[in-house]
Amino acid sequence: MAGKTLYDKLWESHLVSESGDGSALLYIDRHLLHEVTSPQAFEGLRIAGRKPWRIDANLATPDHNVPTEAAERAGGVASIADEISRIQVATLDDNCADFGIVEHKINDAGQGIVHVIGPEQGATLPGMTVVCGDSHTATHGALGALAHGIGTSEVEHVLATQCLVAQKMKNMLIRVDGELGLGVTPKDVVLAIIGKIGTAGGNGHAIEFGGQVFADMSMEGRMTVCNMAIEAGARVGMVAVDEKTIDYVKGRQYSPSEALWDQAVAHWQTLHSDADAVFDSVVTFEGGAIEPQVSWGTSPEMVLPVGGRVPNPAQARDAAQREGIERALHYMGLKPDMAITDIAVDRVFIGSCTNSRIEDLRAAAVVAQGRTVAGSVKQVLVVPGSQAVKVQAESEGLDKIFIAAGMEWREPGCSMCLAMNADKLGSGEHCASTSNRNFEGRQGNGGRTHLVSPAMAAAAAVAGHFVDVRELMAEKVAS
Amino acid sequence: MKAFTTHSGLVAPMDRANVDTDMIIPKQFLKSIKRSGFGPNLFDAVRYLDEGQPGRDNSQRPLNPDFPLNWPRYKGASILLARGNFGCGSSREHAPWALEDYGFRVVIAPSYADIFYNNCFKTGLLPIVLDDKIVDKLFADLESHEGYSLDIDLEAQVVIDSQGERFSFEVDEFRKTCLLEGLDEIGLTLKQGDAIKKFEQSWRQQSPWLFDVIC
Ligand code: SF4
Repeated sequence: MAGKTLYDKLWESHLVSESGDGSALLYIDRHLLHEVTSPQAFEGLRIAGRKPWRIDANLATPDHNVPTEAAERAGGVASIADEISRIQVATLDDNCADFGIVEHKINDAGQGIVHVIGPEQGATLPGMTVVCGDSHTATHGALGALAHGIGTSEVEHVLATQCLVAQKMKNMLIRVDGELGLGVTPKDVVLAIIGKIGTAGGNGHAIEFGGQVFADMSMEGRMTVCNMAIEAGARVGMVAVDEKTIDYVKGRQYSPSEALWDQAVAHWQTLHSDADAVFDSVVTFEGGAIEPQVSWGTSPEMVLPVGGRVPNPAQARDAAQREGIERALHYMGLKPDMAITDIAVDRVFIGSCTNSRIEDLRAAAVVAQGRTVAGSVKQVLVVPGSQAVKVQAESEGLDKIFIAAGMEWREPGCSMCLAMNADKLGSGEHCASTSNRNFEGRQGNGGRTHLVSPAMAAAAAVAGHFVDVRELMAEKVAS
Repeated sequence: MKAFTTHSGLVAPMDRANVDTDMIIPKQFLKSIKRSGFGPNLFDAVRYLDEGQPGRDNSQRPLNPDFPLNWPRYKGASILLARGNFGCGSSREHAPWALEDYGFRVVIAPSYADIFYNNCFKTGLLPIVLDDKIVDKLFADLESHEGYSLDIDLEAQVVIDSQGERFSFEVDEFRKTCLLEGLDEIGLTLKQGDAIKKFEQSWRQQSPWLFDVIC
């Protein structure tokens, strides 16, 4: 019999029961909650007179709607200007208080984007099943966990039963061999992958990212990659447990310690695909060939190396593709064949659950240091992913570097990733953004999003247009 | 979810085909953080003369005198008699929530949009399909008899009118059981509660570090 994949192992270890029709009951270890997708679930419990099955499996924090400006943030929930946002955040507080669920409230030290605080606090650990009413839950797969997003009725189901009715996915391996070049980051790797396999490439699969590039990649980098598995069509993205994983988890707030630590590590060390495991599909990349990426269109698969040119619809392989390119160019206000580096940016957003961790901010700061934001750029937002990231960045003086460069240093939250709070693009504005979705209107009505790495975003901020960050790095070395 | 075995109630008409979910509950009410309280805004655009907004006191709004649900004779109705393709359009679960919150427990129509039909069962609302001709007859009887009511027996899968005439209907066995026992999807999973507990116990023994940490 063939060996098992990491996904097979995680799936089997959490199986409560299987029914004949292919669906199964999967036990859920960790349920993360935020203010947008939980209110109706809590109300459903109330209407049915039900209680959460296991309180200690849940952890909540507000992130999508919280203001990021210090002044609006200072007064807590009461000072949120937008009424619907305020009600959603206040409702989360009330629901958590009523049901006894631990919540990191708006200005608590543990608050942040759910997908940033989970790993940071050791609330998500290797070998766990992790769910959250948010599609970027795949992030937690970087720790060797089985993690994916769920809908509101499933949030209620998990609260009430600690289980999810699930169907097993297929196994996909994405292997990136070799070594990344200087200035090429995990974000570029995942954008290049999506550019090649497309936004439907991972449909119905759980993706495992393997190969030397991921073995060498930091834990935060792995989170960036797994975060965007959903943009490749897969609900689940993950990386096998190795020494880096175990080092990362050690000493975190909710991580095991002492005797339990040894027991946990012994289990975690088994969390990798067996050498003879068989995947339903395998895609391989050469790490050395990946360059810094910039998305030009309205889908994450519409992405190119920074040295590339915007596609020409005349060269499309069929009518459907031609129409897709034409629509995207029209929405994005771009001309066929123009150089990516000729696209001017109006705003820059460094943040989101994809790229708001400390390493991301450090990478942006390296570029920003000693430079200033181009005069044509209206605003550069730097939004740490959590209160802990903010404290760490400030202790390293990164905030001062950003402010000196003319950037705004904000309070933790989702911010301009989806524009549910006041941070938005104006119509027609181009944004270099470290977030994960460049759909029409995602960052504000008519807004034009270009997905990039934190270093590339900072480079665009100082240049006023997209630029190969490696050139700026060479400049620094020379001076 | 409330169990559904038999039901007797007053019938009200919604005499148009292709009633979509936006007509059942207009989109401005979807911003709510709740899943109850949609009843006062059921059919909002045709029920009131002004435009409804979330959070407004609906009791002060001008009612449309031509809309049957506003007529005294249909007050307290719990069975909605409707036309073909009822519940088409957006998949919003708010549509059955609104019907249920208003007080309906049964809808009778010649056909439904798929997603709406499915969503009804999750809310404990019984959507009954009867032949076009029978629905025509029910509409005629309803119009000519004030206080017209029907009896529904889900176990026997039959609608009975006051003359004792019986109209049988089809319903999927699984959904029928769920309604009879008052089981929604969560209720169904909880039927496996012992298996979940058993799994949890052995999992706790194997991986004790996953338990009682966040509290
Ligand atoms: S940062 Fe963006 S993608 Fe991530 S959870 Fe928030 S809104 Fe979703």
